[in-house]
Amino acid sequence: MSDIATRPAPNLLASPLVKFGLLLAAIVVALAAGIWLDSSNTLYAIFVDPFRQMAQAPDLLVQTIWEGLVSGVLYALIALGFVLIFKASGVFNFAQGIMVVFAALTLVGLYEKGVPAFLAVIITLGVMFALAVAIERVVLRPLVNQPDIILFMATFGITYFLIGFGEALFGGNPKQMIADQLYLPKGAIDLQILGGLVSLQKIDIAAAVIASLMIAALAAFFQYTRIGRALRAVADSHKAALSVGISLNQIWVIVWFTAGIVALITGIMWGARSDVSFALEIVALKALPVLILGGFTSIPGAIVGGLIIGIGEKLGEFYWGPLVGGGIESWLAYFIALGFLLFRPQGLFGDKIIERI
Amino acid sequence: MKTSKLMKAAGLGALLAATAIVAPGYAQDSVYFANNAYRTGPFSGSGIPIGDGMRDYITMINERDGGVNGVKVIYEECETGYDTKKSIECYEQAKAKNTIVYSPWSTGATLAAIPRAHVDKIPILSMAYGLSASADGTNFPWVFIPPFTYWDGASVMVKHMAAELGGLDKLKGKKLGLIHLDAPFGKEPIPVLENLAKKYGFELKLYPVAAADMQNQGSLWLSIRRDRPDFLYNQGWGAMNPTAVKEAAKNNFPMNKFVGVWWAGGDDDARAGGEQAKGYSSLSWTLAGTEAPAMQDILKFVVDKGKSTTPKEKVGEALYNRGVYNAMLVVEGVRNAQKLTGKKVIDAQDMRRGLESLNLTEARLKEIGLGGFVTPTTISCTDHSGHSKMFVSEWDGTKWTKKADWVEPMKDEVRPLIESNAKDYVEKAGNWPKRSESCEKSS
Amino acid sequence: MLYREAGQYKSTYAADMGVFPLREDRIGIAVILAIALVAIPFFGSDFFIASVMIPFLVFSLAAIGLNILTGYTGLISLGTAAFMGVGAYSCYKLTTLFPGVNIIVLILLSGLFSAGIGVLFGLPSLRIKGFYLAVATLAAQFFLQWAFVRVPWLFNYNASGAIEVPQRTLFDIPLTGASATPETRYFVCLGLVVVLTWFASNLVHGKLGRSWMAVRDMDIAAELMGIKLLNAKLMAFAVSSYFAGVAGAMMIFLWYGGGEAADVFSIRLSFSILFMVIIGGLGSLIGSFFGAAFLSVLPTALKFGLPALGVPIGGAAAEHVTFMLVGALIITFLIVEPHGLARLWQIGKQKLRTWPFPY
Repeated sequence: MSDIATRPAPNLLASPLVKFGLLLAAIVVALAAGIWLDSSNTLYAIFVDPFRQMAQAPDLLVQTIWEGLVSGVLYALIALGFVLIFKASGVFNFAQGIMVVFAALTLVGLYEKGVPAFLAVIITLGVMFALAVAIERVVLRPLVNQPDIILFMATFGITYFLIGFGEALFGGNPKQMIADQLYLPKGAIDLQILGGLVSLQKIDIAAAVIASLMIAALAAFFQYTRIGRALRAVADSHKAALSVGISLNQIWVIVWFTAGIVALITGIMWGARSDVSFALEIVALKALPVLILGGFTSIPGAIVGGLIIGIGEKLGEFYWGPLVGGGIESWLAYFIALGFLLFRPQGLFGDKIIERI
Repeated sequence: MKTSKLMKAAGLGALLAATAIVAPGYAQDSVYFANNAYRTGPFSGSGIPIGDGMRDYITMINERDGGVNGVKVIYEECETGYDTKKSIECYEQAKAKNTIVYSPWSTGATLAAIPRAHVDKIPILSMAYGLSASADGTNFPWVFIPPFTYWDGASVMVKHMAAELGGLDKLKGKKLGLIHLDAPFGKEPIPVLENLAKKYGFELKLYPVAAADMQNQGSLWLSIRRDRPDFLYNQGWGAMNPTAVKEAAKNNFPMNKFVGVWWAGGDDDARAGGEQAKGYSSLSWTLAGTEAPAMQDILKFVVDKGKSTTPKEKVGEALYNRGVYNAMLVVEGVRNAQKLTGKKVIDAQDMRRGLESLNLTEARLKEIGLGGFVTPTTISCTDHSGHSKMFVSEWDGTKWTKKADWVEPMKDEVRPLIESNAKDYVEKAGNWPKRSESCEKSS
Repeated sequence: MLYREAGQYKSTYAADMGVFPLREDRIGIAVILAIALVAIPFFGSDFFIASVMIPFLVFSLAAIGLNILTGYTGLISLGTAAFMGVGAYSCYKLTTLFPGVNIIVLILLSGLFSAGIGVLFGLPSLRIKGFYLAVATLAAQFFLQWAFVRVPWLFNYNASGAIEVPQRTLFDIPLTGASATPETRYFVCLGLVVVLTWFASNLVHGKLGRSWMAVRDMDIAAELMGIKLLNAKLMAFAVSSYFAGVAGAMMIFLWYGGGEAADVFSIRLSFSILFMVIIGGLGSLIGSFFGAAFLSVLPTALKFGLPALGVPIGGAAAEHVTFMLVGALIITFLIVEPHGLARLWQIGKQKLRTWPFPY
């Protein structure tokens, strides 16, 4: 064990509170000086004007936050799939994005081939189950006990395979999600508030509700069922779980299947908002900052992280983006996450990283 | 174990060797035409109908006429997935196989191929995409960009705004928003729109969409709601378009003020918006549908005979017909080159001459069976684009229809810009090969 | 039989610690160099050199760079493509500002800019570890890629937003630009890769390399042993980004020959280079070459080789098969040998030593 008392001096700065206080003080002083000296109005444009805009058009602010909330929920859904698998099998599952696409494509593809919508959902679930079994058999079982990075690499192999397989089966052209057939609502609710119009899409409301239900169901499943207890045991320690007679293989199939269900729901929701195509895979990358923000091992972390990232990036893009020509949404999320990470290296809700020598 | 490893090694070796000797091997009475296609990847939604249209038209020519004057056109697709790296491989392969013309089908691939083509002496046919400045035939003898450039498109967009408002003088104080893919392709129209904004006194607002956020445009449309532009021009591609149309519908943006560049005018793009997408417009130069005699021949000789993988209901979609137009340019180029050289089997150098003197008049189009359905265009040795007419087409909920009459682009605005940019490009490249090719008279 | 070390005595410590202690290894490397220098340019077709060998060399260099960071120092980075991009754009800026300076010098210099940016984005590595750091480097990836599109100064205000590679010569032989032959470009690439690999090999076998490996194995322990983490980690970022930057400049100037550069240096490239490193073997220079060969040459070979062998697939179907095959091969290789192709190579060599009498 490293003896803290013998370590050299920099520990005054190690306390997060002191750091944060110093940082805040520095920012306030710099700002005050800056705005006072500001000649070209840059600082005004960065620090004052956006808030003035918010106050002037509160309806747009509400709308922006709502948009952020909805995309946050969707990011959280993708992140949830990552977290489930990371918790139970320690695999950083790069394939979650393509699983979203694959699930949605299977659903739409089956419907196009004449299968009734709800039967197609059931068959798709079956396909996702078969996929989970196959991944466990072919990939995870032979690779058990390998370093994280090797398993990470293996999920990249799965991604490649699923891209080829999915396109060979269903073709690469974008398809429309069968939202009507699944009785998903459409249209919008327009609210007259704060002297303006705030329009809430019904599909977005449905997405938020379904995602919340999903998360609640998962929480209950983890908390109250026998399998859920076993899952938590595996997440705590593989060896201990094995020694009390929990089958790791079975648990892995269940976890990957659960991630498959989450992927299907994400696919339906995101597909209904835009379209089902292989470009959706890129959207899944947005789940990564959510993950580091929330912590890889925490389900509440995925949700809170999703909401912070969703709202943060929409507010940032909308109010600050125009200052630099827009399009900052593509990286803002990572910087938000990085900012949080400098204070909590394990994410907001992640397990504390303990290192021993 | 050991033998299996040996076998594997031998197999890999053979593969590598085979890769090393990609070589031509075709019959005497045929010409080889390599086309980049992307039936896979995020942009396949736009790539598939285009590839289908090109393949079917060329199959039709081979089936109906036995080729161009008896010379079969061997059409081969090289899959790029809209990836520049793979496009470059495809270029090298096309070169090794002696293609008569290279068809890059992406702005990135075109930009990478332009310098090579001038050394390798392979004509590039980038139909209404690619580098706008390459319409200058004096500096870019090997690049063809018919029937017009993105800059022509942007000028027609301004003309369309004026027509809707009732005159160019009414543009003053209006706002035009440009939604564009945040990449060279998306940024192409900006210089022309900026010039015109200054000239006519309207305001230009830019809304860039990063490739990673193609299907995640929420905040962009909030900005549009805040800025309230009077018109929107969409320079988008692939999965970005259906998302934009859906978002426009969601945000109650008036659809008749929302105009896409021709590549944002696919059937799948508009269909995504459902009922509300009615009125979404796009620039175009090919009428959708299968009424044209040539299209009927495609149905008769290719699709109905089961010689195509295209589903019958997709024949005649907007992007499919553009593919047909591109294939028609290739076929007519070959025909013209045969006439000029007197040879039957032409090579890439002859093809360049054929394309440079291509004159597709209304009468000639009628003979081909496309008269009245596509824009006539004339290429000359200085003007490699033609700056031909286009029209605004409108989505009626099920198909694209012609909304307004054919419009000429503002050639006097576009041409000087093309020439100055071409000069700039050539200067920066340093030691750019001077045009040594003689000039063909238009036939 | 052929590969025997009997009779080769080492009389100095230096000889014992040599990179190639066996005569057979030295002969082997000479043979490989001879093939690369003579056989490939003479017998390879233009297509083979331009579409297989040059990409292979460029990716090898990038993979060596990332291997220094990930394999030797244990810091995962997903921003390699962005650092390559920095190299490419700085090379472009340099050659337009100083057209008189030889392009090879500029390619080597442009790596320095990339190293600087790399250090900047490497700073969080002092606090963040593992996959958290990997995702943090994505900030670099997305931010820099955005900057490549949005800062017009970087591409000299070209209307097309693309980099145009001007013609640059050495002794009147064009090295870059369209009239440079594939063979010339190949030789330049080969020279750069050989020199830089030699440099990397010396680095990782020296003091710096040892401190990197100590940090990789346990950074707290390394710190207790007196290795300055700040220096070691930031040096790793600097050297790694330098290699990536040179590879990026090579990629645009010697391989692509200009074009839509911002799009090239995308997250996909970052991922594929990381996977080259993993599949080749973490912490192995020769593994970087194997990994680059596997992930860059194999898809090309499948796509163009299979039709040439007479397997009747083409177009989209070939692409699907390629994707599925590469995916399946990655998984197979990981199961057969999780330590990468470099370990397979070592096992093979070990077997050769005792062949044909293993006991």
